[in-house]
Amino acid sequence: MLRDSARHRQTCGVNVHVLSLAVALSMQHGQPRVLVWGGDAEGGAPFVEADPADPSRVRGFDVEVADRIARGLGGGRTARFVQVQWSNIDQSVERGDFTLGLSGVEDTQARRGRHAVTLPYFEFREVLAVRPDDQNRIHDLADLRGRRVATLGATIAYDLLIAARDSTGMIPVSFDDDVHPYADLVAGRVDAVLLDHIIAQRALRRMGGRGFVILSQPVAVGHYVGVLARADSVLRDSIDAVLREAMRDGSLEQIYRRWSVWDDSQSVLFERILRTGAGAAGAAGTPARGSTPPAQVVAYLPSLARAAGVTLLVSMLSMTLAVFVGLALASGRLYGSTPLRILTTAYIELIRGTPLLLQLFVIYYGLSGVVRLPALLAAVLALGLNYGAYEAEIYRGALEAVSRTQLEAARTLGFSEAQTLRLVRGPQALRYALAPMTNDFVALLKDSSLVSVITVVELTKQTAIYATNVGSWVVPGALCAIVYLAMSLPLARLARRLERRWGGRAA
Amino acid sequence: MSALLVIDRLRVRYDSRDVLRALSLEVARGEIVSLMGPSGAGKTTALRAVAALQAFDDGQIVVDGFGLTPGPVPPESRLRALRRRVGLVFQAHALFEHLTALDNVTLALRHVLGQSRADADAVATKLLSELDVGSRAAAWPRQLSGGEAQRVAIARALAPDPALLLMDEPTAALDPARRGALGATLRRLCEQGRGLLVATHDAEFAREFSDRAVQLTA
Repeated sequence: MLRDSARHRQTCGVNVHVLSLAVALSMQHGQPRVLVWGGDAEGGAPFVEADPADPSRVRGFDVEVADRIARGLGGGRTARFVQVQWSNIDQSVERGDFTLGLSGVEDTQARRGRHAVTLPYFEFREVLAVRPDDQNRIHDLADLRGRRVATLGATIAYDLLIAARDSTGMIPVSFDDDVHPYADLVAGRVDAVLLDHIIAQRALRRMGGRGFVILSQPVAVGHYVGVLARADSVLRDSIDAVLREAMRDGSLEQIYRRWSVWDDSQSVLFERILRTGAGAAGAAGTPARGSTPPAQVVAYLPSLARAAGVTLLVSMLSMTLAVFVGLALASGRLYGSTPLRILTTAYIELIRGTPLLLQLFVIYYGLSGVVRLPALLAAVLALGLNYGAYEAEIYRGALEAVSRTQLEAARTLGFSEAQTLRLVRGPQALRYALAPMTNDFVALLKDSSLVSVITVVELTKQTAIYATNVGSWVVPGALCAIVYLAMSLPLARLARRLERRWGGRAA
Repeated sequence: MSALLVIDRLRVRYDSRDVLRALSLEVARGEIVSLMGPSGAGKTTALRAVAALQAFDDGQIVVDGFGLTPGPVPPESRLRALRRRVGLVFQAHALFEHLTALDNVTLALRHVLGQSRADADAVATKLLSELDVGSRAAAWPRQLSGGEAQRVAIARALAPDPALLLMDEPTAALDPARRGALGATLRRLCEQGRGLLVATHDAEFAREFSDRAVQLTA
């Protein structure tokens, strides 16, 4: 009854191999002829998107900026794109997966402290989007006390919201992508979205200009930069020279105009950079927090504990639901009429045959037209309904493991079928089921990390946020692993003990 | 006095093969009847048909006025009167693994007959003592020897006080001394006015302890 524990895991190993291959190719014959750059096509237009005419290619203003940089570096270089998850750009560039990260990468002091960062090539405004009904009530972050405000995790906007949480008491909601925050704004799950004006305008276009309005007063101003590995500062200086040239000769302006992102603030930015020489536009956002690692770790512990609490809460509620769903399904399969048997079997096969991630999206976003579930409830529902299918099979197996002659003995003694289930079959099946159930709970504990895709900040998500903040996975990863193990190891031990005690069918 | 059990031309078919062709027998109160025959002769099938665990194709079974007719086994709700009249001791004992010896015996008393826990405990303790396993009341089924488990199973079947007791191969796992003791126990049960139908291939046991034997051929 053990299950493949990897069934929910997303495959991410493939990309890594493709990336290393690209790097290897680019390094052939000593001198690189190709500028390998990384971006996230999931971020979409106007930054980087798959070309509708040829989905194997990408297009967008960041694509053209990369092309312009490659050309400007000389030697007949061309730019080659590799896909990378947006939140991993810094880590990947430092690993050497590509030379230049370029995909709406924000200029922050923390990033400048850890990597070689180009001068700013684009100025964006952090703007608030609200529902039309609210546009007269909400003017800035201070008006959002007690309200839910969405943004993309690990961004300047997210840092602004965290700072505002402490000062104004609003509730930041972190998303993994920049589409769903607006969908949830229209759906009423959040009350505002704080993001780059390009992203806000794109979202508004997608919705046909309806559903929300963008407030004209920006909350902050930021810049997009290219990011290189810390050791690549010489190449960074060459790229800065190319960017300056592109600002001077108007090629950057042409690119921006082609993608409709040109505005006056860009020419002001260009002038300032060409005047001052260096990338002196100033980095936005909060500085890298805490100076010494131990202080950072201590400061992090409360949020770690809160996230671990969320993981535990989601897991326990989901498992409780899964037990009831599993019991209902197993009884339907064993005792039900033929249509009920077919129905329960179909449910079990459907749930076990499709990814949990898909089920999460369907319940949270797919159903939002019918019923708008809060994220935590949607997470518990998805996990509980999913694991219920697995529990059902455990219970069915356990019920069938109770010997037929015992059931017949119960009949000859005059027990009704319900009494037999309650007094003879159920209690014994429970013993057979306890050990595999405990195993399932351990698996659920870890699968609960998937619910971060629907904005629940649990242990794994909190770790990813922290890792982005401190620029390393070593300490956050170790802390995260320790907390998971502290929760799962005692359960695994309990499972083994139960298995030893009740494992044998002949008991 | 009319017979406690009447089996009249009982016929059971499995896969278009007759397992039992035309079995007829009677068991009176206070009588032990052995149902003899080699393996596969249909002894167990006959007991299961009487206990309404098994459908039959032809003939009739009457237990103390309660009639069973050919066709599918009726639902349990229509068999309550039969269940009160017939007890069955399985060859494999089929004790409830999750309950102590005592609770195996009290379960039906409490949940079918609605007795209080104290009353049921008293009845069960007395039965277990009479069957010489009183000291094992607190033991789990897996801790019992074959002979002990059999006597607990007899106590469980007797607890609702059925008029007819069916036993399937009771001597299969017993040494000669134990076999003698079992025979004596069964005689004592009969003297209380019960009827016993014992399926066995043990000719010596049948000769020594039963009033009559009915022979089946394979």
